[in-house]
Amino acid sequence: MKKFCVSLLLLSIFLSSCVQKNGTAINNNNGNTIKIGLFADLTGQTSAFGQSSKNGAQLAVDEINATGGVVGKKLEIVIEDDQGRPEQAKTVVSKLINQDKVQVILGEAASTNSLAAAPVAQEAKIPMVTHASTNEQVTQVGNYIFRICFIDSFQGSVMAKFAANNLKAKTAAIIGDVNSTYSKGLTEVFEKEFTNLGGKIVSKQSYTQNDPDFKGQLTTVRALNPDVIYIPGYYGQVGIIAKQARELGMTMPLLGGDGWDAPEIWKLGGEGLKNTFISNHYAADNPAPEVQNFVKSYKEKYGVQPDSMAVLAYDAVKLLADAVKRAGGANSEKLRDAIAQTKDFAAVTGKISINEKRDAVKLAVVLELDPSKSAYLYKETIYPNQ
Amino acid sequence: MTLDSGQQEKMDTFIQQIINGLTIGSIYALIALGYTMVYGILRLINFAHGDIYMVGAYAGFMLATALGFAVNPSVFGFIVTLLGSMTIAAAIGMAIERFAYRPVRKYSKMTTLITAIGMSLLIEYLFVFIFSGTPRSFPQLLPNENYTLFGNATISTSQILIFVVSLLLMIFLQWIVYQTKIGKAMRAVSYNINSAKLMGINTDFVIAFTFALGSALAAAGGVLTAQYNPKIEPLMGIITGLKAFVAAVLGGIGNIPGAVLGGLLIGAAETLVVGYGSYIGVPSTYRDAVAFAILILVLLIRPAGLLGTNIQEKV
Repeated sequence: MKKFCVSLLLLSIFLSSCVQKNGTAINNNNGNTIKIGLFADLTGQTSAFGQSSKNGAQLAVDEINATGGVVGKKLEIVIEDDQGRPEQAKTVVSKLINQDKVQVILGEAASTNSLAAAPVAQEAKIPMVTHASTNEQVTQVGNYIFRICFIDSFQGSVMAKFAANNLKAKTAAIIGDVNSTYSKGLTEVFEKEFTNLGGKIVSKQSYTQNDPDFKGQLTTVRALNPDVIYIPGYYGQVGIIAKQARELGMTMPLLGGDGWDAPEIWKLGGEGLKNTFISNHYAADNPAPEVQNFVKSYKEKYGVQPDSMAVLAYDAVKLLADAVKRAGGANSEKLRDAIAQTKDFAAVTGKISINEKRDAVKLAVVLELDPSKSAYLYKETIYPNQ
Repeated sequence: MTLDSGQQEKMDTFIQQIINGLTIGSIYALIALGYTMVYGILRLINFAHGDIYMVGAYAGFMLATALGFAVNPSVFGFIVTLLGSMTIAAAIGMAIERFAYRPVRKYSKMTTLITAIGMSLLIEYLFVFIFSGTPRSFPQLLPNENYTLFGNATISTSQILIFVVSLLLMIFLQWIVYQTKIGKAMRAVSYNINSAKLMGINTDFVIAFTFALGSALAAAGGVLTAQYNPKIEPLMGIITGLKAFVAAVLGGIGNIPGAVLGGLLIGAAETLVVGYGSYIGVPSTYRDAVAFAILILVLLIRPAGLLGTNIQEKV
């Protein structure tokens, strides 16, 4: 019992010291580097996102440092693995801020993890830029939280428009991931927009990332025979859903979002990915020189085609460097204002302007998946407020 | 009686759901057999058993990739991968028994149980460490075809494989337990380990053999599942293992036909929840909750399980 009391005492001392650290203001403009803290899922269920984000960010940092850095300082990336778990995301972001003293936070891809970590950055007044979290709530956490990708209300409406206008669909079913903020947000928007365009949602099904199969949900949907199925999930599940849908003889177009974009999907989904369309941040086959230059240098460095997480992380670092230049340093308040004032920044994924909600206003593309070449084919560009 | 097209379609959908349910049910049954045999012999719930299922899937993945079966699907490749991963898993199962459970067997049952939980976590995170948590896709070892049974109800090659292979393995197990000498020894040890020892049975060997047998069945489950749902990751054994454990308890833990019955019931129940739950206000994601709700009900109403017999605990 005595031992227990002593250890409890030690634990409480340790914890209180952590709390104190949290409270101190962070202001270190000294030193010759500007530290960017990247938190990403490097070993969990969405680790393909994390690895690509890491690669994309590193490429941008290398390019910037090769040309002398920003305002006379080099950029440095400090990476932490959150294993794709929200509680872990929160922990590693406090470590990045309190221990590594980073001046800006970059991440995460998955909205659920960004949402968990954002309050920590907001409290410490460290600007946080998420490159790929598309759920609305993320930037609503506070005035230090930004994003450089479009939001779900736009992404969901893009696919609803595409289904109704291009595919002439009258009925749709939705199969969503019940534990993902991203998936729930997209489901809501797609349903609203598709109904507004005169379509009808005939069935809404859900799954969890650990489900052993998806044929139960698919069989129910099959009986209703919708024109399209919208599956706003992540690549680990959607590939298998597509495969099993085809096994059940369901041939209708399947629609998804940027969560599908990872190299693993080709192996998981195989031929089942024929006749599927996704909304995404950029098209790798876009002939514009800024896109092709990026694709070329990324392929040279890593030997693979960059996916959207890679290009967004790259853009995020470039945008941050631009903001640091305009702010004349990495003072947290000035940097925050500089990011907020970003207007028409020419990024690989298109022109980015940050609006008053700290969200990026930018275009989205619709891509068709081609499993025989493991490639995404450009179908259409959809601009906001159009 | 003739059905109109609407009823016909509802019937097809129902039959399809039952096929889907029995597919995963067969996998649960294969894993549940390992739980039930080990419990029957040692009165130990081997929590690491669900992870052996995962190890089996990874072993199959490595074998198929290394031997080149991933590129050229063939029946031969499938059989080699299946038997190879069963052998590897059997060896690992025996090693776990030898080095983790046997040294603590002489202490209380609780000690072995805690060791089993530790073992489970060790395997899971060792695999996260080695292979990272990223889901990998298991290669297709046999060309996948779909067959229409009647109406709209279809069955795929991977589902047929699951049914056929698990049925063969269950018959094989039944033969071992009831027709062979080692099977007789297993039953003797399960009846009373001390008396069996006095009769000259090498109980250590029998226990090791039981672990090997159970682990091989779980590995077969792993490879078969991976043909059906090709995503494998180090933590895939947790939920599936738990459900297989529930299946074993449902059927009557320690009872071999009970484990099979329990597995099939759990598989069918959770698929029906996905398919029809929404009509009674139960969302499809409650499929996992259903397995555990069934467990609680069984423990309340029939603690010994469906086919189990009440054993008086010796005092």
